[in-house]
Amino acid sequence: MLKTDLCGVSLKNPVIAASGTFGFGREFEPYLDLNALGGISTKGLTYHSKQGNTGQRIHETAAGIMNSIGLQNPSVKSFIENDLPFMKNFESEIIVNLGGNNIDDYVNGALLLEDTDINIIELNISCPNVKEGGMAFGIKCESAFYVVSEIKKVSSKKIMVKLSPNADDLVRVATECERAGADALSLVNTFNALAIDIKRRKAVFDNITAGLSGPCIKPIALRMVRDVYKSVSIPVVGMGGIMNAADAIEFIMAGSTAIQVGTANFINPKVMIEIIQGMEEFMENEGIKNLDEIKGII
Amino acid sequence: MAKKDSYVEAEILSNERVGDDVYKLVLSGNFEGQPGQFYMLKNWDLHPLLSRPFSICDITADTITFLYLVVGTGTKLLKDLHKGDKISLLGPLGNGFEFGDYKKVAIVSGGIGIAPMLYLAKKLNCQVDLYAGFRDYDYFIKEMSPYVDNIYLSSDTGMVGHKGNVLEIYNDDKYDQVYACGPNPMLNALKNVSDQEKLQLSLESHMACGIGACLGCTVNTTEGMKRVCVDGPVFTSSEVFFDA
Repeated sequence: MLKTDLCGVSLKNPVIAASGTFGFGREFEPYLDLNALGGISTKGLTYHSKQGNTGQRIHETAAGIMNSIGLQNPSVKSFIENDLPFMKNFESEIIVNLGGNNIDDYVNGALLLEDTDINIIELNISCPNVKEGGMAFGIKCESAFYVVSEIKKVSSKKIMVKLSPNADDLVRVATECERAGADALSLVNTFNALAIDIKRRKAVFDNITAGLSGPCIKPIALRMVRDVYKSVSIPVVGMGGIMNAADAIEFIMAGSTAIQVGTANFINPKVMIEIIQGMEEFMENEGIKNLDEIKGII
Repeated sequence: MAKKDSYVEAEILSNERVGDDVYKLVLSGNFEGQPGQFYMLKNWDLHPLLSRPFSICDITADTITFLYLVVGTGTKLLKDLHKGDKISLLGPLGNGFEFGDYKKVAIVSGGIGIAPMLYLAKKLNCQVDLYAGFRDYDYFIKEMSPYVDNIYLSSDTGMVGHKGNVLEIYNDDKYDQVYACGPNPMLNALKNVSDQEKLQLSLESHMACGIGACLGCTVNTTEGMKRVCVDGPVFTSSEVFFDA
């Protein structure tokens, strides 16, 4: 009932673990059946390993979390050797989230992934927590077009571009990514935000700003997903504060082919299973046979 | 393979104030855990969003106890709970303290860092001295006293014990193992006066998930960034840095 097609890749259901909230699945394996998920987007990977950011990395806000992890990861090569074999034990689609400091990082990372049998690369041009690269590629149309074009030249994988809500003009960035050959788009990454420790008279985070996620961003993310869905012909994967099945259905109705769950994983390790079950129940109760019946109806 | 429970519900047996803004929460149930391990607790739905990590203070056959300091939104909600109320918890999480064949052990705590020390002291079969530093008045010392041999107190204000830092009355040479928990500046100072290999530090950090996924609670170590929630919260002093 929940089976969905994402740019030619069949997912058993539309529920995907969002990058950076699920590691490579290991931490959640004791709590839920990883086979039950539509997909897992890996922790954001870069060609060279990254230590991540110093100082406080997590800060809770009203109905949200700010994070400044800074893409701490073991590198694409280490992932292929040490983590991919574990992930391949499960049926859920493996989506490799690929970041970079510069164009060579993206291209070299994609080249390493050519030798694997993964189907989808999620191109991360939207991380707000790294000083070089990351979001810098995703906020301008020209640089987004450039990085997607270069990756398409060297990669045979499906390229899903993860967009930033901080883009100068999100719809134009989305259409430029499509024009550059993107196979799908995922949105939104975290919102660039600021928190201040008034007693210390300093920003909470060493990088001053950090990425905001959670229920507080959902209404804005939904609007952005709908805007982009109306403007492109490629599939859109929606995310931003999805906490339960009703939230997930909202994102489908706004135009999402699949959805990603992020912050909610931190609060309830089994939440994605509950979302899958809740979506099935909703469809049964409402007499909906296929997600296409409700996709983009708003 | 059967999957672990996520959050489970437990009934509150008591939630009493034991000091300035310090509360002892006792829950009913047969819970697992070793000294130094922790649980994520919440009694709210989505406001606040995240659960809060608390060290195991004590476990008996049918209870689990947590000691907490009221500092923010979550702990303010916890302190208003009463006997019979329900609370959700996930655990035990983390690695816990390591045990060995020791003769004389020191427990060094700063403020609410005393929370994991009762369960630890109860499990130690040797001479145990407690060094506890507070800002002004002490708390939880009465509960600790049956399980330790000597108690050395200090306070910043001089309200109890030695006026000043607890490390000013601490003598590292007397002990073959040291367990410590408290604010990072205190742990860092202890690092500087202690034999690194015998010093186990229980660290505190901002955490989102508690199970190793978010990478929010990392600390800089000799082997790169490690997660306080699953690689710790207990680290050997020699492996951890506080200047990151």
